[in-house]
Amino acid sequence: MTFILKMAWRDSRASRRRLVLVSLSVVLGIAALVGIGSFADNLKLTVEQQSRALLGADLVIQAPRAKFTDEAEAYFKSLGGERSSELSLGSMVSFPTRGNQRRLVQIRALEGGFPFYGDLVTEPAGAMAKLGTGDYALLEETLLIQFGVQAGDEVMIGQKTLKVAGALKKIPGESAAVAMFAPRVYISSAAMEATGLLKSKTFITHREYFRLPPARDPDAIVKDMKEKFRKQRWRYSTVEERKRDLGQSLKDVFSFISLVGFVALFLGAVGVASAMHVYIRQKIATVAVLRCLGASARTSFAVYLVQGAGVGIVGAILGAVLGVTVQVVLPVVMKDLMPFTVHFFVSWPAVGKGALAGLVICLLFTLLPLLAIRRVSPLLAIRSALGETPAADPLRLGLFFAIAAAILGFAVWQTGHWATGLGFTLAMAVGFATLAGVALLVSWAARRFVPRKTLSYAWRQGLANLHRPNNRTVLLLLSLGLGTFLMLTLVLTRQTLVSKMLGIGDGARPNLMFFDIQDDQAARLAAIMKENGAPLLVEAPIVTMRLSGLKGRSAEDLLKDEKSGVAAWTLRREYRSTYRTELSDTEKVTEGKFIGRVAPGEARVPVSIEAGLAKDLQVKLDDTLTFDVQGVPLNGYVASIREVEWQRMQPNFFVVFPAGVLEAAPKTFVAAVRAASPAESARLQQAVAREFPGISAIDLSLLLQTVMGILEKVAFVVTFMAAFTVMTGIIVLAGAVLTGRFQRIRETVLLRTLGATRRQLRQIQLVEYAVLGILAAVTGGGLAVAGNALLAKYLFKTAVVWSPGVLLVAVLASVAITLVTGLVANRGIVDHPPLEVLRQET
Amino acid sequence: MLKVEGLTKTYRSAGNALTVLRDVSFDLPAGSTVAVVGPSGSGKTTLLGLCAGLDRPTHGSVTVAGESIGGMDEDARALVRNAHVGFVFQNFQLIPTLTALENVLVPVELAGDATREDEARALLARVGLGERCDHYPVQLSGGEQQRVALARAFINRPKILFCDEPTGNLDGETAAAMVDLVFGLNREHGTTLVLVTHDLELARRCQRIIRLKGGAVASDEATTVE
Repeated sequence: MTFILKMAWRDSRASRRRLVLVSLSVVLGIAALVGIGSFADNLKLTVEQQSRALLGADLVIQAPRAKFTDEAEAYFKSLGGERSSELSLGSMVSFPTRGNQRRLVQIRALEGGFPFYGDLVTEPAGAMAKLGTGDYALLEETLLIQFGVQAGDEVMIGQKTLKVAGALKKIPGESAAVAMFAPRVYISSAAMEATGLLKSKTFITHREYFRLPPARDPDAIVKDMKEKFRKQRWRYSTVEERKRDLGQSLKDVFSFISLVGFVALFLGAVGVASAMHVYIRQKIATVAVLRCLGASARTSFAVYLVQGAGVGIVGAILGAVLGVTVQVVLPVVMKDLMPFTVHFFVSWPAVGKGALAGLVICLLFTLLPLLAIRRVSPLLAIRSALGETPAADPLRLGLFFAIAAAILGFAVWQTGHWATGLGFTLAMAVGFATLAGVALLVSWAARRFVPRKTLSYAWRQGLANLHRPNNRTVLLLLSLGLGTFLMLTLVLTRQTLVSKMLGIGDGARPNLMFFDIQDDQAARLAAIMKENGAPLLVEAPIVTMRLSGLKGRSAEDLLKDEKSGVAAWTLRREYRSTYRTELSDTEKVTEGKFIGRVAPGEARVPVSIEAGLAKDLQVKLDDTLTFDVQGVPLNGYVASIREVEWQRMQPNFFVVFPAGVLEAAPKTFVAAVRAASPAESARLQQAVAREFPGISAIDLSLLLQTVMGILEKVAFVVTFMAAFTVMTGIIVLAGAVLTGRFQRIRETVLLRTLGATRRQLRQIQLVEYAVLGILAAVTGGGLAVAGNALLAKYLFKTAVVWSPGVLLVAVLASVAITLVTGLVANRGIVDHPPLEVLRQET
Repeated sequence: MLKVEGLTKTYRSAGNALTVLRDVSFDLPAGSTVAVVGPSGSGKTTLLGLCAGLDRPTHGSVTVAGESIGGMDEDARALVRNAHVGFVFQNFQLIPTLTALENVLVPVELAGDATREDEARALLARVGLGERCDHYPVQLSGGEQQRVALARAFINRPKILFCDEPTGNLDGETAAAMVDLVFGLNREHGTTLVLVTHDLELARRCQRIIRLKGGAVASDEATTVE
C-alpha cells in the first residue's frame, strides 16, 4: 500500500498541473449538482419554516361565484380565532391620466387582518393602510409598470375614481403568476360598494381567511366541513396541503434542473476519460518497467487508480466549493419563479451527495482507460510492440454496464420515477451515440475522401488531424455538439412556442377578446365593431353549469367514493360551456362524431367532451352525463371526444353542446376581433366601454407579453444550467488539447525541422479546429432542429419553426469558441526549441 | 541458476503462426556469465524475455533460482522477478517522473522495504553518481542514465542479471566504462549474468557464448577468458 501511494505521488510529479486541469472537467458538473441540491434543501427548509406564510393564514375557504350560507357563517364563528373576508370580481380598470387605457383586473375588497403570517410588501411601505379611507386603490406592480402609472395617479374602477396608493409587490398565499391574466387591485369594502360593480357583476368570489386557535387542526376542520357542507363546492386550502403541493412542484423543477446539471457532469466525465486515456498511454513504458521490476498487475493498476481517484477527489472538492458559490447565485437566477425569499445555508448532506455522485461517475469513467494497465506486458520494456493482438477485456463491457446503471440510478434517484429515469438514460445514450457516430463517420470520411492532390499542405495536414491517432474528433463533437444541441433546442423551442401563440402566418387571427357580454348587448357589440372596421371573428355564447351526475351516479356520490377514479376537480368545477353547429379551427374530433344541431326537446343531448376532461371523467363514447344548468337538469351523452389546442388564445371549451338546446338558458357571450395595432386595440376597447362599461376585454398581445416574460424567466434558468454544459465543453476541449500537447509539440518540432514555416503550422491548427468547430456546431444544430421538430410535433402539436439566422449565429459561435480554445491551448507550440522537446520524456 | 529446456515461442497474429524461437535448451550455474549473440531477428530478445519471465513459452520450461516459472501466472512471475532478477535495458528504461535515487529504490520499495535508502545512495556512489541522487532522468546523460539503471538492477541483490544490449545506446568510451561496471558489480555480488548483445568483443568477456540463428541455437561454447 505504501509503495502504491508513494509511487502514485512521485509519478504524478511532472503531471500534477495537467491532472488538476483534467479534474476541472468534472468541476462544473459537480458544482451544478451540489449547488442545486443545497439550494433545494434551503427551499425545503424555507417551505417548512415559512409554511404558514405561504398561505398567510391557517385555513382559507373559497366560494367561487357564490356567497357563504348562513349556516356556514355560524360555523365560521364557532371556529374562534381571527378571521378576514375578501370579495373579488373581475372587471376593467382605466387610467384617466393615461388616455383612458383599460385592462381587465381582479378587484379585491379585503376586510380584517390578513395576512396573519408573512409579509405584505408594498411600495411605498404602508400603502395598504391608506385603503381604509375609501379613496385609494393598491395596484399590482406589473399594472403600474405596464401603464406607466405612479402613486397618486387616478384609476377608474366601475363608477368610482380612486387614487393609486402604491404598488403591491408581494402578498402571502399567492405567487405573481396568479396575476398573470388579471392583475390584482385592492380597495376597501366601502370603495367596492361605491364602484357599483357588486350590482352589475354576477361572478363574485368570496374568500374567508382564518387564524385558528392553536388547539384547532385546520385539516380536521376541512374534513368536518366537507362532510357538513357536502353540497357546497367550496375550495379549502390549508398549510399542510399547500406545503405538500409546493414541495411536489419544487421537487419536479429541481429534478429537471439536476438532470441538466448531470449532463454537464457526464460530459466532464467523458472528458476525464479521454484525457486519462492519453495520460495512461504515455505511462505504458513506466508500467512495463514496473512490471519488469516485479510489480504485479494489481499494484501497477492501483498506482494509477490512486491518481485517477485523486483527479476525482480534487474535482469533487473544487466542484463542491464552486457549487456553494452557485448556490449563492441560484436564488438570484430563480427569484422570479420562487413564491418567497429563501434562507441561505450550506446543506452539507446535499454537498456530500453531489460530490459523491460526481466522484462515482468520474471514477467509473476513469476506470475505462485504467483497465488497460492491467494488461500491460512487461515485455514492452524490451520490445516496442507485441506480436499478438490482445483479446477483448470482459471487464470493459462490465464497466459500460456499471456506467449505464449509475446514470439510470442517478436519474431515478433524482426524479423518483423509473420511467423518467429510463427515458433520460435512453435519451443520453441516443444523443451521445449520435454525436459519437457522426464523429467516427467524419474521421472515416477524412481518411477516405479528402483529395490529396488538389488541397494545400496546411489543409491536408489539418484534415488529416481529424483521423490520425490521438485525434479529438469524437471528444470535441461530443462536448461542443452537446452544448450547441442543448442551447439551440432551448432557443428553437422558445421560438416555436412564441410563433404558435402569435399565430405567425395567420394575420387574421383574433387578438382582442371581449367577455361578460350580456344577451341583449351582443347584437349592438357586433354593430359597434363593424362600425369601427373590426368585425367580430368569433362569437360564442357561454352557459354556466355544473355536472350533477355521471353514468347514473350523482356527483356527490362519486366525490365521496375515493375509489371511483373520477378526478374531483371535474365534479366540483363550474363549467362554462358553449353551443354551436360546427367545430372551431382549434378543435379536432378524435372519437365519435360531432353533432352540431338537435331538435328542441331532445331527451338525451349529444355533447362533445375535450379529450383531457374525458380522461379525468373516465368517460367513453355514449356514456351519460347529467348537467345542472342553473337549476334545470339536462341529460346528455358523450357523442364525440375532441382535442383542443389550448395554447391558441381563442375561446376554447371543455364541453360543447349542439345548437337547439341551450338557447333559452341565461347566458353571456364572448367575442373576439382582430386589432391591427395596440392603438387600434385601445380605440376598440374604449368604443365598447363607452356604451357597455360592464364588458371586459383582454388584449391577447398584452397577455402574450406576460406569458413571454414568464417563459423568458424559465428559459433563463434553463440556459443558466445549460451554460454549465457549454463551459464544461470548453474545459474538456482545452483539457484535450493540453493533454495531447506534448505529442503536438513533437510533431510540430519535427515539421519545423523538416522546413515548415510558422505560418504553415498555424494554418494547420486553424484548419483542424475550424473544421472540428463547424462539424460540432452543425451536428449539434442538426440534433437541435430534430429535437425541436419532435417536440413541436408530439408535445406542442404545432408546426416547426425554422430559424436560419439563429442556426447561423449558433454555428459561428461554436466555431469561434473551438478556434479560440484550440489556438489558446496550443499557443507557444510553434515556438518550442526542438532540443528541449527531443530530450523531454513526458 | 537458470535452466532452459526445449524452449519454443510461436506468435499468432491474424491467423498466421510465426515461430521465433525453437527448442532452445541450456543450463547456467550460479555466478556464471553468458552472452547471447546473433543477428537481428534471431530471437535474442525473445529468449531474454522468456528467461526473465516476461512472457510465457509456447513449449518448454524455464527454471530461475530453482523455481519453475513456466506454470506461474504473471503476478507470481513478477514476484520471482522482484526477488531474484535484475534488468539493464538498451534504452535505460528509467521512470521519467522519479529521481535517480527513487528509481533505484523502486524494486525494494515494491517488496515493501522502505529502509534501504542508504544502500541505494551507496550504490549510486559506486557507479559514480553519488552527487546526482536527486536528479531526474531528463537531467542525466545517456551513460549516467544507464548507470542509474545498473544501480537499480543491483539494489535487490539479484541472483541473476539480464542485460539487453546495455551499451547499444552509448558511445565507445562510456560503453567501456559501463561494461567494466557491469562485470565489476557482477563479481562483487556473485550474480549470474545473461548478456544479450550484438557486440562480439563484449560477448567475449563472458564465460560462455550462445549463438542464435533463425530462432535456434547455432552454437554454445565456452570462451577463453575467465
